[in-house]
Order: sequence, then C-alpha cells, then structure tokens
Amino acid sequence: MPDHNPQINANGKLTHLLSIDGLPREVLLQILDTASSFLGLADREVKKVPLLRGKSVFNLFFENSTRTRTTFEIAAKRLSADVINLDISRSSASKGESLLDTIDNLCAMHANMFVVRHAESGASYLIAEHLRQMEHDDIHVVNAGDGRHAHPTQALLDMYTIRHFKKDFAPLTVAIVGDILHSRVARSNIAALTVLGVKEIRIIGPKTLLLPELPRMNVRVYHDMREGLRDCDVVIMLRLQNERMNGALLPSAREYFKCYGLTPEKLALAKPDAIVMHPGPMNRGVEIDSFVADGPQAVILDQVTFGIAVRMAVMSILAGN
Amino acid sequence: MTASTPLPSPLPDAEAQCRALADLIRPSLTPDTALVGIFSGGAWIAERLAKMFNLPEETGMIDVSFYRDDFAEKGLHTQIRPTRMPFDVNGRRLILVDDVLYTGRTTRAALNELFDYGRPSAVELAVLADRGCRELPIAPTYCVWNLQLPDHSTGLTLCRREDQSLFWEVESYA
Amino acid sequence: MNITIKNARVIDPRHQIDRVADIFISDGRIIAPAPANFNAEQEIDASGLVACPGLIDLCARPGDLATDLAAAVAGGVTTLVCPPNLNPVLDEPERVERLTKQAESLRLARLLPLGALTRNLAGERLSELVILAKAGCVAFSQGQSPIIDTEALLRAFEYAATFNFPLWIRPQDYFLSRNGFAHNGAISGRLGLTGIPVSAETVALATLLTLATDTGVRLHLCCLSSAAGMAMVARAKADGLPVSCHVGAHHLHLSESAIGFFDTAARLDPPLRSEADRLALREGVRAGHAAICSDHTPLTQDDKLLPFGSAKPGATGLELLLPLTLRWGMEMGLSLPEILAPLTSLPATILGRDDLGHLGAGACADICLFAPEASWQVLPENLKSFSKHTPFAGQTVVGQVKKTLVGGEVVFAA
Repeated sequence: MPDHNPQINANGKLTHLLSIDGLPREVLLQILDTASSFLGLADREVKKVPLLRGKSVFNLFFENSTRTRTTFEIAAKRLSADVINLDISRSSASKGESLLDTIDNLCAMHANMFVVRHAESGASYLIAEHLRQMEHDDIHVVNAGDGRHAHPTQALLDMYTIRHFKKDFAPLTVAIVGDILHSRVARSNIAALTVLGVKEIRIIGPKTLLLPELPRMNVRVYHDMREGLRDCDVVIMLRLQNERMNGALLPSAREYFKCYGLTPEKLALAKPDAIVMHPGPMNRGVEIDSFVADGPQAVILDQVTFGIAVRMAVMSILAGN
Repeated sequence: MTASTPLPSPLPDAEAQCRALADLIRPSLTPDTALVGIFSGGAWIAERLAKMFNLPEETGMIDVSFYRDDFAEKGLHTQIRPTRMPFDVNGRRLILVDDVLYTGRTTRAALNELFDYGRPSAVELAVLADRGCRELPIAPTYCVWNLQLPDHSTGLTLCRREDQSLFWEVESYA
Repeated sequence: MNITIKNARVIDPRHQIDRVADIFISDGRIIAPAPANFNAEQEIDASGLVACPGLIDLCARPGDLATDLAAAVAGGVTTLVCPPNLNPVLDEPERVERLTKQAESLRLARLLPLGALTRNLAGERLSELVILAKAGCVAFSQGQSPIIDTEALLRAFEYAATFNFPLWIRPQDYFLSRNGFAHNGAISGRLGLTGIPVSAETVALATLLTLATDTGVRLHLCCLSSAAGMAMVARAKADGLPVSCHVGAHHLHLSESAIGFFDTAARLDPPLRSEADRLALREGVRAGHAAICSDHTPLTQDDKLLPFGSAKPGATGLELLLPLTLRWGMEMGLSLPEILAPLTSLPATILGRDDLGHLGAGACADICLFAPEASWQVLPENLKSFSKHTPFAGQTVVGQVKKTLVGGEVVFAA
C-alpha cells in the first residue's frame, strides 16, 4: 500500500475529499463542527456567506443524480461560488473524449473545485492523481460517489445526523441493512463509524449482497434482520437498485421486503428511541415500509437538510487548505 | 503615525474595564438597543454588559470565520462556533462588541455578516482596547483603553479564567 | 562460424552445472567437449558474467513484433511463446506462417506461436489444428478467451488428443470472472472493485483436469494465480497426469495490496491475489511445479490512464523476466541453477524441445550472458519494449543482460 494518502497535501491538510478511509478522527469532527455553524444560515434573510466568492465549482456528473447534484449546487451557491453543472453522461464522454481530457479542458477554464460523480470505483482518485501530476495543487476534488467505492459526503451527513440525535458515538449500536456489496454509502459509513468509534456496527443482509471480507472490517454480520435489529440505536437502510431485485442475487422485491424490509414490527425490536436513516431515494415497500418512512423515528428529511450544511463545510475546508 | 506607548505593568484589570465600558455606553442606551458580541472575547464582554444593563433579550453572537478576508491565505479556522442572532436585526440599533480593535478587518467582516441578517437602523462599535495599526477606515464609538502598540510583533488578547473572570495577555511574535 | 565464450560462470540447470568454463559454438550449435583443433573466429570474454541457456518465455504477446523481439533479446529471452490472441487471431495457417517468417527474418529471438483452438477464439468451432500445426503452431490455446460450452471443450480436448497436440489453457471460469477486475478479497472489498473469486480458477481447473484425465490430452495451464490452484496442479501431477503450468513473474512479487489507491499498473489478468496466494505460487515454482513467464502484454499509456475497471489489464515483462526471477530466487535462498531452471530447462521440457534450454552438446547456441550483481533502475522510458507500463517502474532491480546469442549469433550486446 502506498504510504501517501492522495487526499492529504504536503502540509498534512485535507486537499481533496475522496474517501472516509484513512481520514483521522479530528478531520471528521472538524467537518461536522463546521457544518453545524452553516446550519443556521437557512434562517437568515441572506442565506449566503462570501467564503467561495469568485471561485468556480464544476459539478461533473458522469452518472446521473439530480438529487445529489442539487444539494452540491445549493451548498456551493450558499458559499457564493459560481456553479457550473456538466451533465457529462450525455456530452463529451459519449463523444469519446477521455475522462482526463475533460479534466484538462476544465482546468484550462480555471476551475477551482470539481465535484465528481462517476460510475466507476476510483474515478475521483484518478482525477486527483492527474491534478497532482499536472501541478494543479490549487484545484480540489470532492468525490460525490464513485462506483461501489465511496460516497464520503453522504457518510459525513449520516454521521452529522447521528450526532445530532444521539450526541455521543461511543455507546451506539448501528445497523446497516441491505445491499452492502454494491453500496458506496455502506462502505463509507462503515469507515466513518469505525473512525468515530461506535460500540458496534452490524451489517444485515443476505449472503448475496454482502462482502467476503466483512468480518475483518470489525463489523458483526447478521442474516436474520430481527436478530440484527435487537437493541440498535441507529438503523441505516440502504437502497436496493431495481436491477438487483429479480435475478441471481434475489428472487423478488416481495421476498426481499419479507426478509429485509423495515416494518414497524421489526423496528420495535430496536431501542424505542432508535432513529431510522436512508440515503434516498427510497423504495417504499421494498426496503422500507411507509409507516416507518413517515413515522416518528425516521430522520430521513433531516438528513437532507444536514446534507447541505455538511457539503458546505467540506467545500469551505478544502478551498481554504 | 502616532508614537508608540509602552504597555503598562501590570496590565489593566479587564473586569474593571468592562464596568468602565458599560458606563460609557449607558447614557446613550435606547429601548431598542441590542448587543452583538464577536467571538470569543467580544462575546464574553457583551454577556457582561447585557447583565449590567439588564437587557431583556439574549445577546447576539457572531463568529466571523465565514466572512474573513484572509480565507484564501489562512483557510478555515478549525474551531468555528455558530453565529447566533436571537432577534430580528431589521430596524434595530445595534452595538457591536469586541475585545480589541486592531486592523479593523474583523469589524468589517462582522458588519458584512450583520447585514446578511437584515438592515439595522444603526451600528456602533464598543471595544475594551484600541491598539492601533488600523488597515481600514474604522473607529470605535466607545473605547476604554487607548494604546499604540508598535507593530504586528505584539499581540494583545483577552483571556478567561476557569472562574470566568477576564484578564489580558500579551504575546510577542518577534 | 566458430565462437568461444571464455571464462564465463556457466550455469546449466538441466545438467546441474555451475562452474567457470569456456563454451564452444560451431554452426549455431554447442559443441562439447571442445575438439583439439577448435579454431574460433570470434572470442567473447565473459569474465565476471553468468552464461546460461537463453531464457524461454512461455507467454509473451508482442505489440510491435520488431520492437518486442528486440526487447526480448535485450532481456536475455531467446525463445518466446506467443499466444494466439493477436490481431488478427492465429486461426489461419497463412497468418501463422506470415508471423513466423517475419520473426525469422528479424534474426532476433525465436517465436513459437500457439494456434487458436477455436476459430476466432469464439469457443465454438474448432480451428484446423493439423494444418495449423504444419504451419508452425507448437500447441493450441484460447488465449484469454473462454470455451463456455463444456461439451465444446470436451470435443476440443478429444480432437487435440487424437493428434497428441498439447493444449495451453488459462484456467478461469467465464461466469465467475467476467465482471470482475481484482481479487475478491480485502482490497476489492474496501475499494468497491468487483471481485474475481479464487473459485474462478479452481472451478475451471476442476473441469480442465477432469477432461484431461478422461481424454489423455497433454494439458499446460497458463498463469496460475492462487494457492488452491497450485495445490490442484501439484496433486494432479502427483497422480501422474501429464500436466504442467506456469505463473507470471509479477505474481511472485505482488499481491492485491499493490493496488493501493486504484493503481492501474497493478491491474493484471489473472488478478493479483492475497499474500498467502503469492507465497504459495513462489513455493510452487521452487518445488518445480511451474515455469515462470513474463505475461508480456502490449499496452499503451492511454490504456492505463483510466478508472481501474476500464484500464486494460497487463504489464510489460520481457526485460524484467530475468531480474524478477533472480529476485524471487535470492529471496527464496536458491542457487543460480535452481533459480534459472523455471526459465530454461523446465519450459524446454514443457515445449518438448530437447535442443533448447540447456548448454549440452548439440543444443542450439541460445545463450544469455548477464552480470548477476549489476543493478539498474526500471525507467519506463529506457525500456525497449513497445509496452512500457510496469508496476515496478522506478524500482532498482539486479541482473543485467550484457549479451544474447541466438543460434550462435550475437543478437544483443549492451
């Protein structure tokens, strides 16, 4: 394993946010603390601060996601940055231009930050490494989801949500339920919960949707959801992609819901004050019952609100380093 | 350029200066006056003043980190407290409170942030100390301790003990 | 022409020779003992150098033929076996003849082509094996392409066995490997890279070994990657099956952790596996179960400047084969004859070539002279290969080739 972490610059500061993996606890806490300062902005007459005035933030979405793109756009605009949205899934990539050619072009347009969503694991690392080689040390990369690998801002907003409702990480038992194998959210959340030191991380799902090396990641694996939810403080439900519902991994959405869908009856096994989270968009009736999704324990809309503040924190910390 | 004055030894009693600042402000207090302290020293002073004036409302607190003009060079502070403005600033008469007036850049940042909350009818500036070395056209409305420190090599900081009492500290960066 | 190589440290693994001696060459062959009246027209002073049989690389796909055969001899490789997955595929006798003629005319390394077992390597219709063998194919292979239909595989085995043609097959189950690009383990799990489980190799091996037993075909297994796979081959050999195998030099030195933060240089096919697998492969070669190949792959820089999953697998290898093998051997504490056996005598046996891979009387005078302790830095820009991409870039390696002879002619001199 190379010893240099491409997220950290020569001065030991966070210059890109590519993954939670390898980030020290202090950095995670700094992001969460900064985010809480941004949260108050929403109540003001002018919802902007001038931190990123004159900076250009490029949203590079090689994979479609209106929702994530919008939250990054709002975050950047509230920091007074100029935001340029590029829907590359339909433009240059389909004309055969390589990823790095696209990046070179945008660098020539004096970009200050790239927010990158890509279908392939490691794409944001490739871009960060390329920027380093081209000596663009002043351009920052935020990974907005790369393949199955990482979705660090989602993990950070999840951590923010957990801290908001539970205050302290140490005594918590957190269950992550569903398609771990294909989930960048799950990987980043496991990494973040590990660094922040929760008491126990539980992974719940069928063997077809888990990873071979989970036991080595300091998590407990459950195949029986009822057993896994018992006395949990936090339940993180994962989205099940449509294409995985009927096939070799799972027989049907109906059977999945029966085994791993979160119903009020299963949630009752967790602690009475347990919170239910979901990165969205939800498949009601597949991974989560509407009574739970709309119920008092769900904090899914809080996650969205916190998400903007967390993304503002990430962008402003990177831009200042 | 004003000639520099040596620092008195021992340093003045900051608590006594707070009371003196209150005496300076008191004659011009109006029913719609509200205090806004700048983190961290200014916030401590503003809390004391509010108590002495028996103000009915909570004091406003400003952390200017998001408005600083040295963000590009220094980046974001690692410790940021949320700005708290527990009243509507529109049409209010505000007194911005800080411990030390120095370059004036913090005051400018605080003014910018204040105006993102609305349009106050007036803003005044109250400080315990004016140490000189101004870089912007800003002057205090109320000031207890006027001194001219020679240059940027000396730092004057208000600190708080565990028993909450305030005191001055001088640091030399030379 | 008569040549004498004087004062070399002669290493001949087949004859277990390790001594300072002279080598006599006449008309492209080694003669021994030296005739009394031997009159050398050329004398090569090899003091301080090792003289060993020219290296036989059992798997190297040239990019540009002239460039890569020059790279081969610069790396001491005098014979390379070329898999059929070239462009165009080696499934027509004319293509095979054209390739071998072109290689011969370059007068560099010997090129032994493997014919495509099925037309266009599609895994469906058999190629004309007899005609291809006449055209120069030494064995038949599918390259990296699968034969998905097990019945087609059985028929191919039976047909090849009819004419005693060896089959060189890469054991990798199509379905278990088609979507993956890294070992299904700790690293792929952490990085979210789709994994290829070890069972992709062992499931394929179980099928191949069963069919080899049933049909009696001579089976050579290409590029093993796992401890479990190596154990299955060792067991099959112990059971008396006429089976052999090779491993890539990279797999003796690197494991999945070389991927680090998505380093595409470490994307290989088969994938780099766990540390336990790497250690088992090293042990398997030491035990004489496997030869070592370069698995040289033609790649351009652009093929690797992509996200990990889109980057092409493979690396340059011809010029690194000797240093990487020496590094393995030194780390294993082996003698030079033991170290060089998997590059000389063993591959010659696998190829059934009595005239290659040794320095005894009558052998082809294919000789590699190298400085065993000279170190050099792997700088991609200094490599002669068409392909310059290597996970060893920047590293210092030991063992520098000084001269290479093929058929008694000096084809490379540093």
